Amino acid sequence: MKIPFVTSRALTYLWSMALMALMLFGTELCGAQDAHATGEIAAATEAATAEAATAEEAATLDSGDTAWMLTATVLVLFMTIPGLALFYGGMVRSKNILSILMQCFAITGLMAVLWTIYGYSLAFDTSGMEANVLNLHSFIGGLDKFMLSGVTLDSLVGTIPESVFVTFQMTFAIITPALIVGAFAERMKFSALLIFMALWFTVCYVPMVHMVWSGDGALMWDWGVLDFAGGTVVHINAGIAGLVAALVLGKRQGYGTAIMAPHNLTLSMVGAAMLWIGWFGFNAGSALAAGTSAGMAMLVTQICTATAALAWMFAEWIAHGKPSLLGIISGAVAGLVAITPASGTVGPAGALVIGAVAGVVCFLAATKMKHALGYDDSLDVFGVHAVGGIVGAILTGVFAFPSMGGVWEPGEGATIASQVWIQTQSVLFTIVYTGVLSYALLKLVDAMVGLRVTSEQEELGLDLALHNERGYNL
Amino acid sequence: MKLITAIIKPFKLDDVRQAVADIGIQGITVTEVQGFGRQRGHTEIYRGAEYRVDFVPKTKIELAVDDSMTEQVVEAISNVARTGKIGDGKIFVTDLEQAVRIRTGETGPDAL
Repeated sequence: MKIPFVTSRALTYLWSMALMALMLFGTELCGAQDAHATGEIAAATEAATAEAATAEEAATLDSGDTAWMLTATVLVLFMTIPGLALFYGGMVRSKNILSILMQCFAITGLMAVLWTIYGYSLAFDTSGMEANVLNLHSFIGGLDKFMLSGVTLDSLVGTIPESVFVTFQMTFAIITPALIVGAFAERMKFSALLIFMALWFTVCYVPMVHMVWSGDGALMWDWGVLDFAGGTVVHINAGIAGLVAALVLGKRQGYGTAIMAPHNLTLSMVGAAMLWIGWFGFNAGSALAAGTSAGMAMLVTQICTATAALAWMFAEWIAHGKPSLLGIISGAVAGLVAITPASGTVGPAGALVIGAVAGVVCFLAATKMKHALGYDDSLDVFGVHAVGGIVGAILTGVFAFPSMGGVWEPGEGATIASQVWIQTQSVLFTIVYTGVLSYALLKLVDAMVGLRVTSEQEELGLDLALHNERGYNL
Repeated sequence: MKLITAIIKPFKLDDVRQAVADIGIQGITVTEVQGFGRQRGHTEIYRGAEYRVDFVPKTKIELAVDDSMTEQVVEAISNVARTGKIGDGKIFVTDLEQAVRIRTGETGPDAL
């Protein structure tokens, strides 16, 4: 779980279990079935909780964990610039490549600033939260950490410096809005993009982070949703916003008649490979420690990605007669997306299944469903991120269970059906929440500055029309 | 003098250059072009979006020759550029009124 308090919770749990086992073992040895046993266990559990609480207060920095999290943070930033920027950039026409690179770069800057000023606080300030109590702070954090107040040289989150945690989470806040760029590529005004992204970050991204990851008292945390690295928070969130944006902005001029083939798939392959590599920071980093959880997250990430890449490739080979590079790299990204919520809880076998399902389902979404429904999601943000995220989020509820090869420890009474229902609820909540709010924000920005470039600018290409430069002066 | 214009398959360019050089031609001009003839274009598919590409990439060769060389050159080009499949290209021969070597000012066949 991606939470600051993972250590204390886990410790409490382990200590209680260990002590209970010892006590039970002891009483059985003595053959004493006295009535005090239950009471003693309860007392021991309380003692253990207190002990764990003391341990948490005295939490110390672990240099191994810190070293890994510094690395993971850099890897996740590497996913957006240059990874995602190149992946998307290669897929647009040559007259629009710079607009994509520019949007990803500008979002990186903008989100870092907003995260610093209020994003981190609204996402992770836990003041006013209480387990299983629904109040305002179930949805949004407080402002106690406004301007990163309280983030000092010595403040820790778990066993790593809070400064590292802030930066790690900042890179997530950067890539999520950047993912949406692909949906309205080649037609959105740059000024409108900046305003929309700032608003979307505030209204959709930050509350989702809070609801899923901030700990006891947060809406979906209390539901018991399993979302290790961001299936709902990052991928479904961005994918749905992308679909809504594609619908609100409308199709590109000439969509369906003009040739809109990717102008440089070499760039896209380089970008996809960077995403694959960077994703180890994203998933294994979400363990917030260099331990067993990170290791398993890394393994299943690799397995799922490879499987999905092949699944998409074979599906395309069957459907269209030839396997394509764009197909195999799209499949890899679909696999990365699908394993994101599942990493940390599923095992290798689950990763194989999730990868195979995600590869085929995302292939069908991007190649068949999109054309059947006729919306112009330029680079398939919905087909890959929302659909892949939903596949991953729901299958997590199946393959997290030890009986299905998972490494999760289900709570008492948890069944596959109950967990799948919880996962489904989180998916539906995310779709409705971000769908409605993204629509409202787009309409607002449209009224403020207009969302689309003029038809003349679109024809000329955004590079020259909006940025006064060209990607290729050959 | 004649101007010979040949549209050939791009991968045959080196063979054609060698063949005309072998019979004493001193220079040719090469351009990458696109066009359509009886050879059909092709289809490209990107994530299920099919694009029909009607214009096929070809290579255009232009060379000016003395009347006496014309037949020999045309034969040399058509021999090496032929694969026997649709799309091998065309050779056009046109009358050439004048030629000037810019460096020396020579004109006519002397300039070739």
